[in-house]
Amino acid sequence: MSQTSLWEYANPRKFLQTTDRVLPWVAALAGVTLVVGLVWGFFFTPDDYRQGATVKIVYLHVPAALMAINAWLMMLVASLIWIIRRHHVSALAARAAAPVGMIMTVIALLTGAIWGQPIWGTWWVWDPRLTSFLILFLFYLGYMALWEAIENDDTAADLTAILCLVGSVFALLSRYAVNFWSQGLHQGASLSVQPGERMAMIYKLPLYVSMTGFALLFIALVLVRTRTEIRARRMRALLARERMGGA
Amino acid sequence: MPDLGKYTETVLSSYAISLILLAGIILVSLRRARRVKKELQDVEKKVKSNG
Repeated sequence: MSQTSLWEYANPRKFLQTTDRVLPWVAALAGVTLVVGLVWGFFFTPDDYRQGATVKIVYLHVPAALMAINAWLMMLVASLIWIIRRHHVSALAARAAAPVGMIMTVIALLTGAIWGQPIWGTWWVWDPRLTSFLILFLFYLGYMALWEAIENDDTAADLTAILCLVGSVFALLSRYAVNFWSQGLHQGASLSVQPGERMAMIYKLPLYVSMTGFALLFIALVLVRTRTEIRARRMRALLARERMGGA
Repeated sequence: MPDLGKYTETVLSSYAISLILLAGIILVSLRRARRVKKELQDVEKKVKSNG
């Protein structure tokens, strides 16, 4: 039996072939889990004794915040693969993930602000976690702008990979800020492997389903967008060859 | 529809904004995927016909 190396997927053709088969399943699974998680959370969970019905926002806020950070970490891994092994697919996957991660960050910021208003009495505070999330959002914008600003794909991949390494500090800070600084309004982690119940099971189960849905949606979107980036890159290469041939 | 009490606006606006943003990124991604695929096919055809 032949063993398939992970690096075979660095071949754009192999990547397109494999994702062509995998993508419909991931997309369908993402749709089902997302709908189940959100419907379950919205319609079939009770109000919290302190936060009332606003607790239902958790099914959007927590998965979006989680994916905002994880998207950047995925971009970090893909960028490192590009820097070390020069696989174009990994650089394009990082580029493809950025707008999805940015949208997740916006959802986390907006739902957090809307949730904070009745519970904290304010839309925004310069709390460590909120501030590091805002900086992460700005890094997403900068990362996407840098890709657009540089014409040469390899140079763009190099420079955005460096930006991604720098931005990773804020991605990690936004995750652990509440642990580093015991100040601010934001509560600690809603879910943890540490002993002690932070959230009742009746809220936790739909939250897990919703988190799975967000993660699968992220994967499906990154696959779609990476396929598009691969095709766009091939198109640019063909057009450049045509121009050189005609010159 | 569950009774959201005094938080109806808060909860519904959170869901509306999030679902619109998610639908937006899905639509934009799919439309661009379709457009780029078509453009690449056209370019490949043109390159082949030019030899």
